[in-house]
Amino acid sequence: MARRIGVFICHCGINIAGVIDVEKVAEEMRKYPGVAFATTYQYMCSDPGQNLIREKIEEENLDAVVVAACSPSMHEETFRSVCKDYFSIYRCEMANIREQSSWVHDPEEATEKAIKLLKATVEKVRENEDFNPIMVPVERKCLVIGGGIAGIQAALDIADAGYKVILVEKEPSIGGRMAQLSETFPTLDCSQCILTPKMVMVSRHPNIKLLSYSEVIEISGFVGNFNVKILKNPRYVDEDKCTVCGDCEKVCPVIVPNEFEMKRAPRKAIFIPFPQAVPSTYTLDREACLGLAPLTCAECRDACEADAINYDMQAKVIEEKVGAIIVATGYDLYDKNKLVEYGYGDDDDIITSLEFERMLSASGPTGGKIIKPSTGEEPKKVVFIQCAGSRDVQHMPYCSSICCMYTAKHALLYKHNVHDGEAYIFYIDIRATGKGYEEFIARVMEEERINYIRGKVAKIFREGDKIVVYGIDTLTGKRVEIKADLVVLAMAIVGKKGTKDIAKLLKVAVDDGIFLKEAHPKLKPVEALSRGIYFAGCAQSPKDIPAVVAQASASASKVLSIISKDKLEKDPLIAVVDEEHCSGCGVCISVCPYEAMQRQPNGKAKCIEALCEGCGTCAASCPSGNIEMRNYKDEQIEKMIEVII
Amino acid sequence: MSFEPKIVAFLCNWCAYAGADMAGTSRLKYPANVVPIRVMCSGRIDAEFIIDAFEKGADGVFIGGCHPGDCHYVSGNYRARRRVEMVKKLLSQMGVNEKRLRIEWVSATEGKKFATVIEEFVDEIKKLGPSPWRK
Repeated sequence: MARRIGVFICHCGINIAGVIDVEKVAEEMRKYPGVAFATTYQYMCSDPGQNLIREKIEEENLDAVVVAACSPSMHEETFRSVCKDYFSIYRCEMANIREQSSWVHDPEEATEKAIKLLKATVEKVRENEDFNPIMVPVERKCLVIGGGIAGIQAALDIADAGYKVILVEKEPSIGGRMAQLSETFPTLDCSQCILTPKMVMVSRHPNIKLLSYSEVIEISGFVGNFNVKILKNPRYVDEDKCTVCGDCEKVCPVIVPNEFEMKRAPRKAIFIPFPQAVPSTYTLDREACLGLAPLTCAECRDACEADAINYDMQAKVIEEKVGAIIVATGYDLYDKNKLVEYGYGDDDDIITSLEFERMLSASGPTGGKIIKPSTGEEPKKVVFIQCAGSRDVQHMPYCSSICCMYTAKHALLYKHNVHDGEAYIFYIDIRATGKGYEEFIARVMEEERINYIRGKVAKIFREGDKIVVYGIDTLTGKRVEIKADLVVLAMAIVGKKGTKDIAKLLKVAVDDGIFLKEAHPKLKPVEALSRGIYFAGCAQSPKDIPAVVAQASASASKVLSIISKDKLEKDPLIAVVDEEHCSGCGVCISVCPYEAMQRQPNGKAKCIEALCEGCGTCAASCPSGNIEMRNYKDEQIEKMIEVII
Repeated sequence: MSFEPKIVAFLCNWCAYAGADMAGTSRLKYPANVVPIRVMCSGRIDAEFIIDAFEKGADGVFIGGCHPGDCHYVSGNYRARRRVEMVKKLLSQMGVNEKRLRIEWVSATEGKKFATVIEEFVDEIKKLGPSPWRK
């Protein structure tokens, strides 16, 4: 039990002291039982602030410390590491008087609340006991969910460091969105040419186990020891036997829209998404196939000389244990059917940015030729509309970040294809903040003579063989009407369909149901709130390829800091059963989500240290109050209630 | 003088407490009547804590947990939900209006929801007046 508690109140510049009367709080705390010392300081987290705590612990002979400052999620670690040199970290607690007081209340009430929060924290720390961390073994492997450029980069970084990676991709091939792009801004590198070597590295890397056409269906456990179940869908083609000769595709009688080509081109029921696919194999689409019974149609099987096709292939559930997880599930475009004002879906000649991207691609459905889809002719006038669904309170309020740049690229590539064509771009603002981006925009505006019109488009409709685009030029204040052959919408970016499902499996939060929520927007941009889970790529927010790659490498380094160790420190604040008084009713055993509460031969319950996560559900359920939560004891909480009221 | 209720809030570490932090980061004002106690999980909140708070003179008790299906500890919030229903019945039998106890799901991103819910709850308690158990 702490008898000489020191109270350190942070001004946080004016963030706290501008609202809360910190001197009054200090004065009040000096009078409080058990508080031996109280002071205020401008920035407690700064070096001099930390030194002040050290000095006073020594001078005043303190045996516990309460820091009243920001949220413990910001600086608990900072202050505990200061105290670690003198006593157990559990003798240091924080009172959150910034996020939960000075930032949300008026001065007088904020000061009152700060005093209450401090008193409650003093009561807690007074009864805290010293514990050493529990050491648990670490599974030295990582799971990467999503095989786009983010997942590929993260997997390669971890595998290169010498650790095993399981890379799970839902689609038949890795590559993600980047594989669909033609050129990349601002250098106009061929997207596939820079991506495919990395895809091949993944397939050849001895440390990477690639599970394509697979989905994560269950995740349990905690940092260092996650248990994962992965469903491997049957592709009915043996990956090892398939030689990608294409004989099966030639004879397949079923034609369905090709998802890789944004459904603007056909494919067969047995298909390879694109020639450079990894794994390099055909996949039989079970939904499209006439039936997996050879009696109905066995054309592909009969044509396959390698004997790779097996209609009896079954889905398999693969179980893996990993120490850390990276989520890189990528993005989708905003639902085009919601943009009714832009007439999407009604007209073949109004297309999305990704559809245009496929049209530009040399391996795309038109072989790189730009056409007007309704007639196949070369479009002489093209209108590009930025912020289609982005920066729009009726759709997505945020900026999708990459559309300004790729639209400029689209217009430039169009002009290189159709020399006598005219290109118009409607924009709200031009956001070109990356390296070489502003110069690229300038080049497009000046050298390529693209017509940039600042304003939004109000309406798009068809008139004969033209599409009329009605808009306003807000720089001249004049109405603009363009009769176009083709309209390209730079659609808003949203988290990939299924992001929410993955988030639910992982118990991580999702911002407004769209993007994965990071632990801190500035200082923990790749971490989930739960330890051991990291994010990479557009699943977390819209971003361009260099930012995605950087984030993937950042996540990989975070993962390495976990799986490069044999053992991991685990919080020792777990449940303890008072065995003497336990009646053996078994309620705690039934409520524990981790099977940490187990019945002993004598009938009484016991908490298994390594399994307990410290939630406290058992303690709240024990009918005789015989389970104690370390440092969250009933008496502590009851005392806190008392001083708050 | 107008009635200023005293309210204890039990906030789970992973969702509601982080949601309250988010309200702070977004500088959303809400009444200071509610003073939070951080617990690891809403499942930790013993029925006794709630009764204890009322006995000590609280006019209301607020519990914040993760959304159903999102509990950091798998199912603690479901336990909390059941327990709250039970305690509500108990309270009304003991002469305390069950509206004085409220449980809400607030995720780490829902700063706005946290501020709104607290404002509503404080208004509600103000309408109900001081707790009959208040000394």
